[in-house]
This record gives sequence, structure tokens and C-alpha cells, in this order.
Amino acid sequence: MSSRDEILEKIRREKLPDQPLPDLKEFGIVYADKFEQFTAALKSVGGTSIRVKDRGDASRAVRELAVHQQAKKIGSLIPGIGDANVDLEAIDDPHELEDVDLSIFPGEFGVAENGAIWIDAKNVKHRVMYFIAQHVVVLLDARELVDNMHRAYDRLAFDEPGFGMFLSGPSKTADIEQSLVIGAHGPRSLTVVLVENGPAG
Amino acid sequence: MTNHAVLAEQFVADKPRAHWHDQALWFVRAKRDLAAKSLPEWEELREHASNIKAHCVSRLADYLEEFTRNAEKLGAQVHWARDAAEHNQIVLGILQKHRVTKIVKSKSMLTEECHLNPFLERHGMEVIDTDLGERIVQMRREPPSHIVLPAIHIQKEEVGELFHEQLGTDAGATDPQYLVEAARKHLREKFMAAEAGITGVNFAIAETGGFVVCTNEGNCDLGVSLPPLHIACMGIEKLIPRAQDLGVFLRLLARSATGQPITTYSSHFHGPRPGGALHVVLVDNGRTDILRSDDFRRSLNCIRCGACMNTCPVYRRSGGHSYQSTVPGPIGSILSPAKDAAKHDSLPFACSLCGSCTDVCPVKIDLHHQLLTWRGEIAKRGLLPKSKTWGMKAVSFVLQRRRLYEWSGKFARLSLRKLPRWMIYNRFNAWGKQRELPSAPRSSFRDWYRQQPKNGADKKES
Repeated sequence: MSSRDEILEKIRREKLPDQPLPDLKEFGIVYADKFEQFTAALKSVGGTSIRVKDRGDASRAVRELAVHQQAKKIGSLIPGIGDANVDLEAIDDPHELEDVDLSIFPGEFGVAENGAIWIDAKNVKHRVMYFIAQHVVVLLDARELVDNMHRAYDRLAFDEPGFGMFLSGPSKTADIEQSLVIGAHGPRSLTVVLVENGPAG
Repeated sequence: MTNHAVLAEQFVADKPRAHWHDQALWFVRAKRDLAAKSLPEWEELREHASNIKAHCVSRLADYLEEFTRNAEKLGAQVHWARDAAEHNQIVLGILQKHRVTKIVKSKSMLTEECHLNPFLERHGMEVIDTDLGERIVQMRREPPSHIVLPAIHIQKEEVGELFHEQLGTDAGATDPQYLVEAARKHLREKFMAAEAGITGVNFAIAETGGFVVCTNEGNCDLGVSLPPLHIACMGIEKLIPRAQDLGVFLRLLARSATGQPITTYSSHFHGPRPGGALHVVLVDNGRTDILRSDDFRRSLNCIRCGACMNTCPVYRRSGGHSYQSTVPGPIGSILSPAKDAAKHDSLPFACSLCGSCTDVCPVKIDLHHQLLTWRGEIAKRGLLPKSKTWGMKAVSFVLQRRRLYEWSGKFARLSLRKLPRWMIYNRFNAWGKQRELPSAPRSSFRDWYRQQPKNGADKKES
């Protein structure tokens, strides 16, 4: 018998009582002010946020960021946002992105309870852009905020191959005596630009 | 296997260090409390999580098949392993097929359980653990002492010394920021050179065929988005039925583990990267045996948050290595004897039955009840040490004989009062090692009761 069949057969030998799955439709905390909660949660996980009126303001605000002004190599997944000088489409080997200083990409929506942002890598050629850059900037439509993780999953369907993630703050570690250090392997900072009259992407 | 109590005694011999360890973990426990209190629905969340796990375990075979079907549809290859040896062989086979020898690995307790690293190293592979805590213990050639905080037992001076020797950092450096920066540089080189990434799995979703990995450092993601080959290893109990169930578990996991509202990265993998390959290895290694036990089935709910360790008064004061098992602490003291009771027979006794672990467990495992059940199980299997079985037999003999019991009481009271200290506190009295025996009363309750006027009850009746 194959390992697969043996394992399945061993499990099936045990008849266990039925336990219904919970209904999560209405479940979860609701905030009076999602925006305020989101920015507070984001701050608590080490991220920063700036609020701008529209896309034009967003473009100016990103260029004014210190992480943008000090960056030599910039990659952007949003046309027109940031002075991108890395042609991501022309690169085939993701290792060539090792020295990217700043990576700019869109977020789909934010989660108020924990400051996380859903990032969808659909049509993104180099997923490593989210992780390898020294700093990252995320553009997010300020109207696209949900209260909690249950409402977040209400919005997500995983019906095709792909990669997505909840991103909450910059890379961090507390593995040396529980001292929090920002910038473990990935980005040393996360700036979220909240665009009041999105869309951001 | 050395008795837990013996190793714990060595650990507490260094008093300041034992205190430091205790405080470090209590700090994490306190952060967990704050995070749990931030959600009014916390208790309901735990209930939901427990019910989802119970549901999933009751139909595990169906869900495993559903997961496999969907994962394969997405382009992943799914492998099945009965035990650790088969798991290691499968991983080696995949690596050899791709002709790779340089591997970066993000934290996975399953690969620790299977001792994958030494196995691959014996076959000429370089395996680098990329979680900072895991890298530190790997450089020290020792196992992690905690499942979430692998290097919680190590002080920054020791990390400084280790990095000075192996990474060439300044001698005497102890600043965590400086040390992390050095590790970042060192591990970047390893990430850039890696030909394959191995990860664990926090949750696998039956209905989608995808899986989720949670990290704070981003090491999992760097490790699998540079090289084209990703191998994800998971115990079969990591499965959940629906994507929406992730909402429940992601809300509980980081809050219970470190007090964060969510980990920095919660990465959802559905199929391989374009042009890459993704292999998922499903591992039993004793899990189906636990599933078939009514007493211990619920221990399969575990999402490896470590909250039971952080709160455990015994774990905090004895250190993870005293358990001599991949998963230490309360949950480890249930899982390890299930694998090999004779080897881990002292672990269910490394517990005061205070129940704090059960209170904090995000998936409502009745940990201290299971630990008590294990003690009975160990007695039933004849694994108790002679000192315990003889003692219990003697007590049972006395308690069954009224006269003998009365006489023993008298004798004990007299002995406690009259005998010199050395005759009471010696190597035969393990209980009195760190404790004073109670001061003996002059008479027993029975004697006292006999001397009372017998009119109390009469009065009530009249």
C-alpha cells in the first residue's frame, strides 16, 4: 500500500462525531472609525502612514519621502508613482534586484484591527520586490478599509494560481533577548500612502 | 533519556540566569494578555478555532484528499510520508532531482522533528536556517529551546561572542541592533546563493489547495522568491477546511505567540511561481496514532503558538532543553510521550497541574487534563520509577487498614517532632528537598473529635 493510502486508511478507521463549522458572517469587532484604528494599528507594528487627497498628491508625497530621496535604485509596480529606474520587465533573474533601495507597490485593502494590508502579486513578475528592497512604500485607497480579518477574507477568492499576503509593518525580529529590531532580512521601513480619493493602483 | 527533573535542577542552579529566563518569558505572556484583551470576542474566537479543528479532524481524510486535488490543480506536487525517515528521503529526492545542494530553510518545527538538517548534511547539502533565532542555535550546534523563540535561552553577550567568532563582528559587542545587522548581511549572502527554499506550513486550506506561512522577519519569503524551487513540509494536522477559517486562526496565532496583532508577513501560496516548482510534503509521523486516541486527539488542534510554554511555571524555570524533545513545554509533554512513552516518561510530571496552559491555549486544548491522563497512562504501562510505585503501594496498603493508619499517624506525628533533622531531610525524602514538612500537631483530628462534647447534633434536633 502506498503511504498515501495507508495514512488515509488509518484515519478513516476512526469514526468521529460530526462537529459543525462556525458561521463567521457577522462575527468580529467593528470600529467606529476604521481609518483611525488602521493608522493606530499600523503605527503599533512599526509602520508609518501619510494621508493625501488624490493620485497627484500621492505622486508628489512619495517623491518627497526621505527613503525616496536617498534611494539610488527604485522599482515601482505603479506606473507614474516614484522615479523608478529599474525596468522590472526587462529583468529575468530576480537576483539582479538585490540592491534595490526602494520598492513601491499597491495594496488592495487595509484591515483596521491589525494594520495589515492585503497585497496581491497577480501579474507581478518578481515577487521578491516586496521583500528584498531596503524600504517599501505601499499606496492604498483610504476608502478600502475593513474592520477585521473575517471581513478581509470575505473579499478574497483563491480561485487561480497566485501569491498574496497580509503585510503588517516592516521586517522585524526580537530573537536576541526579546529586543525588537526593525529590519531583520526584509525592508527596514514601511510607509503607507493613504489616498483619500483612490484608486491607488 | 535523562529525567526532566535532573536537567531542571541543573538549569535552576544558576539562579540569576534562571530568573532572567523566567522574566523573559513572562514578559511575552504579559504581551499576549494585552493583545487578547484588545478583542471583546476573544473567547468566542477560541471556541470557533477549537470547533473548526474538531470538524477538520473528524473528516481529515476527505480534507487531505480535497487539498491534494486542489493543490495539484494549481500546479504543485504533493507527497505523502508515513514517518520522519520517509519525509527526509522525499525531500532529498526532490533536491537531488533538481541537482541542488545549497538550501535556505525558514522555521519549521516539522523539519526539526524529522531531524532533516543533519540528514541532508550527511548527503552533502548545505542547509541554512534563516530565522535569526534558529540561525543562532544552528551556529551553536544545539536545538531550539522554544518553538516560536528558538534562542530565548541565550543572552546577548553570548550572541555577541558567537558572531565575533563566526561572523567577525567586534569583540564584546552586545547591541542587538548591531548584531541583527551583522546577521542580515551574513544571511543575505546565503539567500543570494541558495538554490532551493524549504519552509514549514502554518495552515493549509483544503478548499483552495493553498497554504499560509507566517513570519516576522520575511525570511520565508526571501528564501522562496529567489530560487525557483520551493519545498513546503507540513504535518497532516495543519489542514483547515475553508479560506475564511484563516480569519479565525490568523487573529489568534500572533496574539497568542508574541502579543502582536498579526505577524508582519502572512504569505498565501497557491501554486508555484511562474517558471518555478512547488512541492508539498504531507507528513504523518505519529499523528494518526494521536488522532485515534480519544484522550489525546485534541492535542492535534495545536497551532504551535508557544503560549503554553510562556505561561508554564515549570517551563519558565527549567528551560526548553530540559524537555529533550523538539516541542517542549506543556504541549510537548503531551506530544512527545505519544511518540515514545518510555523515552519521555518524565515529561507529564514536569507540571504542577495549575492549568494556566489550558487557560491561554488559543485552540482550547485541555492541556493539563491530558498531562494528568498521561501520568495514569505511564503508570499503566509500568513506566513509573520504583520509588513512585513502591511508595504508592505502601500508602494503599496503609489506607486500607484502619488500625495501621491510626498507628502510622501517631508514629508520623511523633517522628516529625522528635527525630533529628538529618533523619527526616535526607535523600529518601524528595519532597523535602526544597520544602519544609508541615509542623506536626499534638493530636489527630480523630482524637480531637472524640474529646468533643457530643451534644451539638442533639441540640439541632430538639
